[in-house]
Amino acid sequence: MGKWSRRAFISTGIAAGGVVVFGVAIRRGDREAKVREIVAADDESLFDIWLKIAPDNTITAIVPHAEMGQGVHTTLAMMLADELDADWSRVNVLEAPSDKEYANYALARGFAAGGVDFPAWLIDTVDGIFFRATQAMGLQITGGSTSVRTTGQIAMRVTGAAARTALLHAAADEWQVPVSELTTQDSTVLHAASERSATYASLAEAAARISLPSKPILKSSDEFNIMGTSPQRNDIPAKVDGSAMFGIDATLPGMKYAAIQAAPVFGGTVSKLDPASIQDMPGVRKVINLDDSVAVIADGYWQAKTALERLQVEYSDGGNSHWEQGDIFNQFATDLDRSAEAGDEETDVASGDTRAALRGAAQVLDAEYRVPYLAHSPMEPMNCTAWLHDGACELWTGTQNPLGFAKDVSEALDMDLDDVTVHNQYLGGGFGRRAFSDYTVQAARIASSVPYPVKLIWSREEDTQHDHYRQAGISRFRGGLDANGKPVAWHNHYVNKHDPEEAPHIPYAIGNQRIVYTESKTHVPWGFWRSVDHSLHAFFTESFIDELAIAAGRDPYEFRRELLQDEPRYLAVLDLAAEKAGWGEPLAEHQGRGISIHRSFGTIVAEVVDVDVVDGELSVPRVVCAVDAGYTIHPDGMAAQMESGIAYGMTAALYGEISIRRGAVAQSNFHDYPMLRMDKAPAVETHVINSGEPLGGAGEPGTPPIAPALTNAIFNATGIRIRELPVRQHDLKRTDFRDTDVA
Amino acid sequence: MITLNINGETHLLDVDPATPLLWVIRDYVGLTGTKFGCGIAQCGACTVHLNGAPVRSCVIPAQVAVDQEIKTIEGIGKNGGELHPVQQAWIDEQVPQCGYCQSGQIMSATALLENNPSPTDADIDQAMAGIVCRCGTYPRIRKGIKRAALTINALHEEAGTDG
Repeated sequence: MGKWSRRAFISTGIAAGGVVVFGVAIRRGDREAKVREIVAADDESLFDIWLKIAPDNTITAIVPHAEMGQGVHTTLAMMLADELDADWSRVNVLEAPSDKEYANYALARGFAAGGVDFPAWLIDTVDGIFFRATQAMGLQITGGSTSVRTTGQIAMRVTGAAARTALLHAAADEWQVPVSELTTQDSTVLHAASERSATYASLAEAAARISLPSKPILKSSDEFNIMGTSPQRNDIPAKVDGSAMFGIDATLPGMKYAAIQAAPVFGGTVSKLDPASIQDMPGVRKVINLDDSVAVIADGYWQAKTALERLQVEYSDGGNSHWEQGDIFNQFATDLDRSAEAGDEETDVASGDTRAALRGAAQVLDAEYRVPYLAHSPMEPMNCTAWLHDGACELWTGTQNPLGFAKDVSEALDMDLDDVTVHNQYLGGGFGRRAFSDYTVQAARIASSVPYPVKLIWSREEDTQHDHYRQAGISRFRGGLDANGKPVAWHNHYVNKHDPEEAPHIPYAIGNQRIVYTESKTHVPWGFWRSVDHSLHAFFTESFIDELAIAAGRDPYEFRRELLQDEPRYLAVLDLAAEKAGWGEPLAEHQGRGISIHRSFGTIVAEVVDVDVVDGELSVPRVVCAVDAGYTIHPDGMAAQMESGIAYGMTAALYGEISIRRGAVAQSNFHDYPMLRMDKAPAVETHVINSGEPLGGAGEPGTPPIAPALTNAIFNATGIRIRELPVRQHDLKRTDFRDTDVA
Repeated sequence: MITLNINGETHLLDVDPATPLLWVIRDYVGLTGTKFGCGIAQCGACTVHLNGAPVRSCVIPAQVAVDQEIKTIEGIGKNGGELHPVQQAWIDEQVPQCGYCQSGQIMSATALLENNPSPTDADIDQAMAGIVCRCGTYPRIRKGIKRAALTINALHEEAGTDG
């Protein structure tokens, strides 16, 4: 229970100033009456907030998560349908409306409890507590790789199983037979002895009056019919013919368009504005000063954008224009030095006596790693359509957090939360960016000054320069090896900690560990970026363990193996990746192979990368990935998420660099913030282990291991150790010292 | 006023002829399947066919497309709503994730296969490298193109045998 703290919530960034309520009365089902009005038509029966049975025996799963390409709507529906023994061909998915009754307590609990799985007898208690807590905070978030392992595992499966039990009891009452003689199949209850059958729809009304069992029995994995298979995703057909509606596609009668430009330097404001400078331009309707940005409303988006470019406006710099990227890294380095000298670091891990172990070590190795800021750059630039009418505010956008967005808009406009509605659309990429409501609040403020709906669209330049960035950072290591090459000390001091807490931890059996950090604030806005702190710490720790292996004269895979002898889950994943990749098979002179393993969001992933380096030109033909998420509900979806996480992490490792120049972001679009493309994309092989351990996530865990596996492979090919990302700033031509470094 | 021929239909539009084709298609014609990604022809999300060739509609002024044949994602299926073999291959290989770039990917892939019914990996790299996918669906796009090529070649063979 130690982690169920106020801090745990706030440290995730979820709370957004909300109140956390713990220890409130545990109540079940009292929200049903209100929710029924929203999701159930008159002739439909509502079991719980996640399940609806229609008269034609169609089952609708209502999921509180946004679809951003991760296939979550399909996967969550599978979990419910399997426990319910539903006819999969007649299962639909509906995203829960953005109503505060849908507070996403499953996610909050997943975050707050650090991914801990709860024993079955605790589930009701836990859900009751977290429902209250998150309702107060206004949450309905998709993030943290939590949809399946929390909403799915707890809410969807339990609901499906409970509903099935109620339907069985309804049939037993009607036919006056014992429940034990009944079976279920394809949304039908069967009584073999009397050859009677009844559809779920025909029993639904009676079943809805039966109180749901609070501890229904869930299937074991060998009883699954739908989970563990890979049905086609239900969102794909609309995504091949142009009919899928993303936020940017929202269209309302009388709608106008807005373009926006924020003060280039973070913290800056509009200091001089001359709306008359564009008032005669075609289609222009209004210039709006939002203090830290200006917007132009016009009849068409192109008119708005063109006018904004000609608008005479000046901005203050908020006192931040002296910042250069080099100064930021210098500040980090200075703060690390000062903090180490003063001994006032914050402690993540302290075990054994690292200082003494280093003193007694036969070999001591130091290394410092650096990573740059990163933007999210989803393909769909930020956008929101807002319409204020009849005392209400309606918003059409793609968001990972519809309730949080509604709450932020209600506060910005000083409206009742009940009067703000978010119509969530498909997300053209999320990756953490669409958990921040800035673009939606802007749209609402712009629309609040006009009587018609307004679609606000950010330019790609705005998207690149006004993101919430993955932090830049420095991480320093000192490791000690004994005379046999066995690591005896691990000292790690890094700058700035966000979430999750365990990101810098290592699984290796090294007796003396000291992992500490020092805060060093900058003016650059921070944001969740796919896998959050894991995205940098996996690069740091899996690079340094590789360096220790090389220093010990050992094979990097075998070295890791020996340090994971007490971690059978890690070992199985590592071995599978190495085996499938053909680790140990000889490579050509210009080739290299690297390995890494990292656990995040409850899932362990190992990746083996093959590289070719010819005349300094790097190519990556293949990545082999092994993943243990406990149990994989949708194997093809898991493979897709690994492919995706690897491409996202590889883009960052190869090219990703946001740098600060005169207080603002220097990059602006894909020409100077490049992306991985088809001609550089590796083939990805994914191999799944179902260990039976508690479920882990899928959306993020593929990302952390790719950067170190890649740079470890580059080292193997060239002898060049890359300690600062991105790779593209390094000259890989120097292959002459391979033998001396490795030996 | 300009006149554009999009997916076989003629549209008379009251719009500044210098407006990029992308915004005319989206905001004035109302076909939203073609997407805005970068505005500088760097990402390919806005790809449409101009006389059968894939072009970046975000940098082409609408006036350039007058009297030309414009095709968008909404127009590549057969009459009666049947999917193009590339669209079907995209479903079979479960290609899209977020889906935002896929109109551009599919328009590029259909143009590729129109000119080169049996593309090699290098051909695919060359034809598709202009379209960015942040979800990393590239390996599936490659498989999807190869699957669609098989379908298209089989259809051609059938047609050839019949003839």
